[in-house]
Amino acid sequence: MNDLKKFLGIIWMLLGPVIIIFLIMQASEKIALATEGIARTNTTLQWSIIILVFIPICAGLVIFGFYGWKGEYDKLPSSSSEL
Amino acid sequence: MQSTEKNVTQSITQVIAASSLGTLIEWYDFYIFGSLAVIIGQQLFPSDAGASALINTLAIFAAGFIVRPFGALVFGRLGDLIGRKYTFLLTLVLMGGSTFLIGLIPSYSSIGYAAPILVLILRLVQGLALGGEYGGAATYVAEHAPVGKRGFFTSWIQTTATLGLFLSLGVIVLTKNMLGAEAFADWGWRIPFLVSILLVGVSIYIRMKMHESPVFTKLKAEGKVSTNPLKESFQKRANFKMVLLALFGATMGQGVVWYTGQFYAQSFLENTCKLDFNESRYVLLWAILFATPFFVIFGSWSDKVGRKWIMLTGMLLGVLCYRPIYQYFIDATNVKEFQKTELKSASEPVVERTLIKDTKDSLITTTTFKTLNSGMTFKEATIVVIPDDVLAPLPEPQTVIKDVTLTRSTYIIIIALVFFQVLLVTMVYGPIAAFLVELFPTKIRYTSMSLPYHIGNGVFGGLVPFIATLVASFSGSTPLSGLWYPIGIAALSFVIGAVYIDNKREEHVAD
Repeated sequence: MNDLKKFLGIIWMLLGPVIIIFLIMQASEKIALATEGIARTNTTLQWSIIILVFIPICAGLVIFGFYGWKGEYDKLPSSSSEL
Repeated sequence: MQSTEKNVTQSITQVIAASSLGTLIEWYDFYIFGSLAVIIGQQLFPSDAGASALINTLAIFAAGFIVRPFGALVFGRLGDLIGRKYTFLLTLVLMGGSTFLIGLIPSYSSIGYAAPILVLILRLVQGLALGGEYGGAATYVAEHAPVGKRGFFTSWIQTTATLGLFLSLGVIVLTKNMLGAEAFADWGWRIPFLVSILLVGVSIYIRMKMHESPVFTKLKAEGKVSTNPLKESFQKRANFKMVLLALFGATMGQGVVWYTGQFYAQSFLENTCKLDFNESRYVLLWAILFATPFFVIFGSWSDKVGRKWIMLTGMLLGVLCYRPIYQYFIDATNVKEFQKTELKSASEPVVERTLIKDTKDSLITTTTFKTLNSGMTFKEATIVVIPDDVLAPLPEPQTVIKDVTLTRSTYIIIIALVFFQVLLVTMVYGPIAAFLVELFPTKIRYTSMSLPYHIGNGVFGGLVPFIATLVASFSGSTPLSGLWYPIGIAALSFVIGAVYIDNKREEHVAD
């Protein structure tokens, strides 16, 4: 199980930036459509909020993955004194 | 010393009742906005804004969710420094005051864009207050609960979010039925906001009589209170890794299951399936009524079998079942198709002509009330814009279906399917307060548990209606496309939770 935790840690580290790139690509595509008047609801403001909110969360996912890869979750604390 | 004795003698029932009532009212305040999104959109934005008005209103609704983690940091820190009791008294006052003021904001037609801006500011205050409330209430009850019953006792706090939603829907439906649809859309929608001040007053009175948590009082007496809860929570690697685990392995998935099963279900039935205003709310009211006891059942059960697998099973079932359930909603309400073969009667068309604001163009709406052989009814409106310039080409008329009412059997099946979704909510949400409380030490518990909870629920969960509606508006998407967001997040959280979280229950939370 610990090997799986470490392997998945690498996945989470990669997933964080992938999600942000995906969101930026989606945002630029939809905003371009909106300026052409095809879909007026997908505005720059809405997409900016979504991306700004998810950047720190994805950074957290990368850190989580890093901890997983380093074996920090191999044994979870059993009492508050370990925290 | 005397105060400590009082703390011990204060019965757990009183503790739960007083904490739950205040939290319930905060949820009520927070959710009436979402339940009235369509009407508020019409009041806050220009009358020709159409779908943009709904999406912008949902964005304001979502803004309240996005700031919840900041409220968790501000009030969580305060709660770990000065105590649980006074912190969640403050959040209650902020929430009640801002909700009351939303009820007083003039509409777009009176003050223009100042209306949505003022509502946005008040919505942000609501979000901050809620960010501080829940962690305090859950921590307070958990710190009073005996060993081996923490899941059971905190599950009462877990019922408050759903009951707050229930109360908000109930007050809205009641007000609308008493005033009539026109008066409600015009000014009656303000009443549920204004009523809040009375509820908050009662709750403040009750909470003033409560004592501080015995565990926190002991910590304070021993001089062990944290001097910098934020630093200890998020800069100390050992604690921060647990905050991340709580977020990605539990609260993230729990948040999307919560908001899909309740908010998105109702929004989908009303906006996509075009169910009648009251009918879509009654469906949710019945589902919540039947499912609410399961918060306590699953919370209590988690004391025996552990928290982990109950929560993860709820997420997995959501991943597997959402698409078939919502596909049924579409199929069962597809009156456009049904009327081709099953039309029983159609009323005389009612024609209405209105001038489009700031132009000389007219809007002609022709509405027909139709009944199908099965007993289903609906209104079909054909809308056409007549340009003032007689030489201009006539635009294509648009046909809109609204106010669909169901047959009894379909109505019961839809209630059962929404009930099933709320049941999943009770699985993921019932045990989670105990799970979070047990992860962190007393001196930084309020701060540490509040942040992952409010990112999971406020950001991931609160954005479900907004992101799902946005995704469903993309060209080439289907009405079910919006579901990929909650399904993807719940699946990710399931995998992380299954691999990384332990199923053990921490016996003591006093350290």
